[in-house]
Amino acid sequence: MIYSTTLPGGKHWSFTMRRGHLLRLIDIEGGANAGMLLYNPQNLLERYNAPDTLKCQHTFFLAAGNCLYSDMGRIFCSVIADSVGWHDTVCGTCDAHLVAQRWGTLSYQQALNDWRQNGRDSFLVEAAKYGLGRRDLAASVNWFSKVAVDGHGNMRYQPAHSPAGSHVDLRFEMDTLVLLHTCPHPLDPAEHYPSHPIRIEIDQAPPVAADDPCMNAAPENARGLRNNAIYHQHV
Amino acid sequence: MLPDTLLKESLLLPEDAVFRRIIPAGEYFFEPILAGQTCRIVDVEGNQAADTLFYNAADPAERYSAVDTIRNQRNIYLGTGTKLMSTEGRVMLEIVADTVGRHDTLGGACATESNTVRYDLEKRHMHACRDSWMLAVALNEKYGVTKRDITHNINFFMNVPVSQAGGLDFEDGLSGPGKYVEMRAAMDVLMLISNCPQINNPCSGYNPTPLEVLIWNPA
Repeated sequence: MIYSTTLPGGKHWSFTMRRGHLLRLIDIEGGANAGMLLYNPQNLLERYNAPDTLKCQHTFFLAAGNCLYSDMGRIFCSVIADSVGWHDTVCGTCDAHLVAQRWGTLSYQQALNDWRQNGRDSFLVEAAKYGLGRRDLAASVNWFSKVAVDGHGNMRYQPAHSPAGSHVDLRFEMDTLVLLHTCPHPLDPAEHYPSHPIRIEIDQAPPVAADDPCMNAAPENARGLRNNAIYHQHV
Repeated sequence: MLPDTLLKESLLLPEDAVFRRIIPAGEYFFEPILAGQTCRIVDVEGNQAADTLFYNAADPAERYSAVDTIRNQRNIYLGTGTKLMSTEGRVMLEIVADTVGRHDTLGGACATESNTVRYDLEKRHMHACRDSWMLAVALNEKYGVTKRDITHNINFFMNVPVSQAGGLDFEDGLSGPGKYVEMRAAMDVLMLISNCPQINNPCSGYNPTPLEVLIWNPA
């Protein structure tokens, strides 16, 4: 393994994943939420695009077999394994106002590193390290969280969706800047500020085989990977 | 069919509007709407998608947020009563009349790049909403909006049903000739529309047609 670490609940980090590497996220205790945004480090204007990701794969959520698309028709990463079956990407992230309203403010001065951070400020802190700001944020992924809809479009948050030990494996198809936080899902109704750690493991990914489940999940994904190949000039 | 209770007609008369403009398919509209003004977008010939973004005119880094809007109302479809929320959690506009019943904000806009994925790499030259927006921001530097600010939009008049199992598809529209959506601005906003040129899916009935924008001053 190249690197592994644990990000406690309510924290944030950013790092660059190399093409061909694997990122495994593990919900150690169950009930975690991992907010994620993706950018092309060579062109920070290219970023994760939730609507393109959903409509290209005719889905409202992310699971094994799905690819995460940029706004430029390329694939940042493929979900090559997933023990959960449903990850949200349409609910955005909690901000300072939401955390204060639902769980109350707990500042650094009061609680030191047990302070209640929020997803939006976490993204902004990590984004600013690369010269990015408010204008560069987008609809994020909320790994391990599920929000489904009824026949009228009403949204329902599913509590206790992700059991302890759940994991998702992402194979990166191009070099990618990853912004990550472990702040609560914005629809989590928990009485107390939810704070659950995520285990992060980075390793070499197995090579893309002809029967790759993501590439073969839909003709769209084969075309997306073809766009990556053109980008990398391995035509 | 959707229940009629979702429909609400406007009392405003076109002859009282202070602004009217036709937007041909494949072209953009990028103009301010002032706080208190009411703006109507008309699907003139029916089945036409209006890919729409809003910015706070005083601070374009604050913009329409699809995720905050649907989360705030706990429903993925937009219609009468929907408050269009900003990335800063503020109400930008509210939908005050709607003769369609629901509008999409999950499907995003077409781009030449996503067209390669959805249809064919060799369709990359076909016109797309994002290119209209790129021209709009390039020719209107005065507004301070660039590609960084181009994001997850509203598709007025577009029908993107989501199933309880989590399927998502573009379907033929609920809209029809002369149907409209109307919203009142709660702050000074910039409205950026691409009148969708897409001819590879039913979002514009495979036949893109004009939209009209009307604006009224507060009564």
